[in-house]
Order: sequence, then structure tokens, then C-alpha cells
Amino acid sequence: MSDERPPPAPRGGDGAEAVSADPMEGLSCPVPWSRYERVTLAHGGGGRLTRQLVDQLFKPAFESPELEAELDGARLALGGPVAVTTDAFTVRPLVFPGGDIGSLAVHGSVNDLAMCGARPRALTASFVLEEGLPLATLERLVRSMGEAARAAGVRVVAGDTKVVERGKGDGVYIAVTALGETLAEVGPDRIEVGDRVLLSGPVGDHGTAVLLAREGLPLPEGLVSDSADVSPAALALLEAGLAVRCLRDPTRGGLATVAAELAAKSGHGVRLDAPLPVRPEVADACELVGLDPLYVACEGRFVAFVAPEDAERALAILRAHEVARGAPLVGEVVGEHPGVATLRSELGAERVLDLLSGEPLPRIC
Amino acid sequence: MKYVAELRDPAAMRGLLDRIAARVTRPWTIMEICGGQTHAIVEHGLLDLLPPELHLVHGPGCPVCVTPVAVLERARRLALHPAVTLHTFGDMLRVPGAAGDLLDARAHGGDVRVVLSPLDAVRAAQAEPERTHALLAVGFETTAPTTALAVELAARLGLENLVVLASHVRVPPALAQLLGRRREDGAGGIDGLLAAGHVCTVEGFEGAYPELAARFGVPVVVTGFEPVDLLRGLLACVAQLEEGRAEVENAYARAVRPEGNPHARAAVERVFEIADVPWRGLGVLPAGGLALRPAFTRFDAAARFPDLAGPAEGPAEDPRCRAAEVLQGLLSPAACPELGRACTPEHPLGAPMVSTEGACAAYHRHRPVPLGRRP
Repeated sequence: MSDERPPPAPRGGDGAEAVSADPMEGLSCPVPWSRYERVTLAHGGGGRLTRQLVDQLFKPAFESPELEAELDGARLALGGPVAVTTDAFTVRPLVFPGGDIGSLAVHGSVNDLAMCGARPRALTASFVLEEGLPLATLERLVRSMGEAARAAGVRVVAGDTKVVERGKGDGVYIAVTALGETLAEVGPDRIEVGDRVLLSGPVGDHGTAVLLAREGLPLPEGLVSDSADVSPAALALLEAGLAVRCLRDPTRGGLATVAAELAAKSGHGVRLDAPLPVRPEVADACELVGLDPLYVACEGRFVAFVAPEDAERALAILRAHEVARGAPLVGEVVGEHPGVATLRSELGAERVLDLLSGEPLPRIC
Repeated sequence: MKYVAELRDPAAMRGLLDRIAARVTRPWTIMEICGGQTHAIVEHGLLDLLPPELHLVHGPGCPVCVTPVAVLERARRLALHPAVTLHTFGDMLRVPGAAGDLLDARAHGGDVRVVLSPLDAVRAAQAEPERTHALLAVGFETTAPTTALAVELAARLGLENLVVLASHVRVPPALAQLLGRRREDGAGGIDGLLAAGHVCTVEGFEGAYPELAARFGVPVVVTGFEPVDLLRGLLACVAQLEEGRAEVENAYARAVRPEGNPHARAAVERVFEIADVPWRGLGVLPAGGLALRPAFTRFDAAARFPDLAGPAEGPAEDPRCRAAEVLQGLLSPAACPELGRACTPEHPLGAPMVSTEGACAAYHRHRPVPLGRRP
């Protein structure tokens, strides 16, 4: 399954018409395979245009034997207990600093599997396209998704495309279901008092970068989304046979929400210790718009709850992976305040870390 | 760019805490005026780190909290008008009005957009001339200048489709009322004030504050919003109190000049005039806010859409909500029986639980551990 696949052969021809209205430069289709420059309702009608889209856009990008087989679904041979996760990806802008909705859909899905202790194997993708989306944009996003899937060692084995009327969608929504093979059982119910809390890297990059890009605010130098496949780093902990109790990626709601949720679910206290890692540019940008980086989403970070005797080895293993190069120890599971997560300041003041209420809103002044 | 790390430096904080502790000889009650200061104080656990003689009470400086229900209701009705787009700062979206909040209006089809600057509303009005764009313009002296610039820009561009629903309020009259009322009620005096640094970046501290300090015999220390700023302000205030002084002092010199920002003040002066306005929870305050000058009343949303007025008085506040006492520093949110029980961010009984600057939200979100511990 994880056999190396060559990148798609470069396709010749420069006969594509430039899509001048599209903000993304140099993204014209490499071959003029459609007389349309934009997604029309007919692309979702199940007829010739749908077929063209599948044959000439999706299949080349995904390079998947299961898709080539053209069954109504895919047959898979998976070993061991199977882990399944499903997620719908909606992000504006579709292309953001450090990634796009295509790569994000893969990273988000494989990371969720890894957090279940499973090695990602296959995924399915449903595309909901908005009428009027430039086909060049779609091709870029689908290619990016294909590349991210190959890099993560998963195949896109089934898919679907629907088109909604203009104004009824944000360009592209991608719903992904992902399947993996479970290596070890991890989860909040295994968390014990004394466990150490490890974090794979600084938090808040993704949400901050996307927010600034969406609002058209100037992006500080070096601030990009952290969107990445963390499964190799996370699974390396399991393969080393360490006592890993629980893995969780701080996506929506950020690190604080993960701590609060896992404290509530495990019934133990979770104490995080300041200073928590936040890049200066993320801290500054959050400061400007009035957000707390501890509540801002990451898409390439994870938290590992590890037995105290294995914490040092776990940190060493994490730091051997590029996505977790600066992994620190950030906290501990405690017997006090059961069910509640806290943050202890450097001066020793301890306060509750609560779930976020609603969406984070920029403040007045 | 790096501008907050040194102001949250634990060693610097520890040093200031030690100096404050060395200075305090008896109990003092000090009010920080701005909700942003309240949040920083609670978030960084300063209440637990300060000497027990220092009693901090929280002031009325939460723009979301003091915006009258009638304004919120008018905003909600504007938002639901099919030809109107309502532009608002983000934290107004969830403030309960007479019949729901702006998020609810959006869910019912209202075109409600979050802006980071009032000028965004002007740009939208230019780009979409077929719609009327209404700016919900709330806030203190800090936000009034940008509203003024937006109105002036609209006037210069000849835009007929921009209106403002302005509810700008002024801090000094509220402080005078609050200090006077507390004295009359025998509610226990306030010994010192930490003035809101950002308001002073615009207004300076030469105007109303010297008179306030003299009249009520309280030190007024212009103070910032980071832990080190707040501790510097507290240290200056404590030093004055211990020495028996009641002066205006600037502990936020990196941002505030004595004269404030003359350009911003001039913009406000050109567009607005001082008016008696209602504050939610405090009633009508003489000279407590701003109204559009006659030359700009054509931009007044209330005049353009007179039929969208809500009831002049909002419906009675939830009787369990004690926001009025909280806003006057008469009740600590920690002592409110409903905090975290009937009143949560998901189901707020009053505005101070909603706003990112509301004192109740600060106590709920950053509550210390173990719960209720005080030094």
C-alpha cells in the first residue's frame, strides 16, 4: 500500500487559456480538456462533463488503482482493527499561506487516524463544488490533495462530486472519510494521574494564518499554517512501545480546548505549565486581533499523554521528526481539580482553562 | 515585531509585586476602569499574587456592557431589513438585546458582517451601492475617532448609502457619577483609580482627570493592559496613597502623551458633539456620550430608519443579573450567585458575561484554582 509512486508525468502543451479572473497565478490547465473555464451545474449532472472531470482531473491527480477500477465503491484489504474517521473541510480562503483545502483535507484526516493510534491507509473524498469555481483552481486543489495523500502513504479510493448553485457554497467543500490500521489502543479513558503532557510544537499558527489571509490583514514574515501530516511522529511513539495513553490534535478550539476536553473525559485534572510554545509572530498577530493563541486551531500539531517514565524517550523520538522538532513537555495529569484543566503561570498563579464558547470574535478595542 | 513578551516577563512581575508589597501598610481599594485591564488582572492571576491589603474592584469600562438594549434592538432590526447590511465589531454579535442577538439575526437571513475597522463599512458602501450599509458604532473615546473618520469619508465621497448607529460613550462623566454615587450610598469609597490607558492615548490626561482627582481626593494613574503595566500602575497608585497624595500620574508613558492624540480628538470634535446618553446599567449620564453634529445627521441610522426603533426602554433585564452593580464595582463577579451557574457564556444573563471585556466573563473564563481562593 505504501509503495512509492512516481509523481505524475509532466503533461505537455501550453494551449490552455489563462484564467485571468483567477487570483492564483500560473494555474491554467495544462491541457485544454474542457471548453469550460469554470465549474458549471452540468459538471455535477452525472453526464459527460462529470465523466470528463473524473477522468481528466481527479484520476490523474489521485493515481489510484481503486478509482481506475470504476466500481461503485472500493474493495480494501486492511489488517487488524480498522479505525475510521470522517471530517468535512471548509476553509476560506481556499489557498492560504502554507497550504490549501486539498492538502488540509488529507492532513486533517490522516492526523485524526493517527490520534486513534492507527496508520492511515485509504480515504474517500466527496467534493461539493460551487458553480462558477475556476476549473484551474479546482485542478490545483485536487493535485495538492493527491500530492499530500501520496506523501502520507494513503490512497484516495473512492470519491464523489456534486455541484451547488453559485452563492450556495464557498467554492469547494471536501468531505473526507479515512481508514487506517490500528497499531495500539489509546484514548482519554487510559489517562492516569502522573502522566506527562507532551506537545509536538508551537500552537496557533494555522488558525492565525488563515484568519489574517481571510481578513486581508498583513501577514507577518514567516507566519504560515502548520498544516502537516503528523502521523509518522505520533505513530513512532507507539512503534517504540512507549506507554502512550492518549493522543489528540488541537484543531478547532486549540490546545486549551483539548486540555479541557481530556480533563473532563478522563476525570482527572490536567495542568499545563506556562510558558506554552507560541511563535512570537503568532502571539503578536493574535494580540492585534484580540484572540488567545491557546484557543486557535492547529492542523499539524498534537498532544501526547505519556507515562512519566517514558516521557523523556518520547520527547527524543518526537524531536527526531521534522514536524515535532521543538517538542516540549507542557504539563501533567494531576489528582487535584478532577475533570478540570488549568494553566499555571510562571509565578505560580493557576487558573481554569475552559472550553471556548462559540466562535472566537475579534474585539472592539 | 515583538512588543508583549517583556511586559509579561515573570521576573519583572515578581520584582514589581515585591515593591508593591513593601509599600503597602494598610488596606486600599483601587478600581481599574477598563474591562481589558480586568481581564489581564484575572487572566494573569494578579488577584492571587498581590498583597491582601490591596482590594481591586472592577470598573465600567466595557463598551459592549454599557451599550443600551434599545441600541442593540435597533441594530437587530436594521440587520433584518432586507435592504440593509449591518457592520459591527465582532464582540457585539452575541450581546443579548430585546429579542435575540445579532448572530440570531444573521441566522434569520440578516446580512451582518464583522469589521475590524469602520472604514471597512465605507468600502462596502462604495462597492455595493444598491444596499444601505449601517455601521453599529459603539465604544469609548478609543473607537469614536475611527467612526468619525468613516463618517467624514462617506461625506467626502458623497455616499448616500452609509448610515451609522452611533452609541459612543465618554469615560470621565461615568467616573464622576460613579465616585459620587458610591460616596452618597456609603458603598465604601474608592481610594484610587487606574485610568484606562487606551482611552488616554486619545484623550490624554490633562482634561477631566485633574478635576476628578481633586474633587474626590483620589490618585488617578494612567495604566496599560499588560501585567507589568498593571503592576506599574498599581505601584504608582499605592505610593501616592501611602504618601497621602491624589494626583494624576502617567504609568503608561510608552503609549500615552499628556495631550493625547490631537488628530483623533479633532476628528471626533468635527463630527460629534457631547450629549446626555443612556448607559446600560447606569442610566442617562449627563455629557456621558456623543451625538452626531447637525451637519452629519443625514448619516444617522435612527433618522434614516425611524420605524426600526425598538422600545425606548429595553425589556426588564433578567432580575437575577446584577450587571449594574458589577459595572459600578459594587459587586465582584466572584460573589455573584449566578456566575457559572445560571449565567454562562452560552446562556448569559447579562452583557458582562458576553463581552471579551466583561468582568463576569473574565471571572468565569479565567477563574482561579482552587475555585474562589483568595490570598
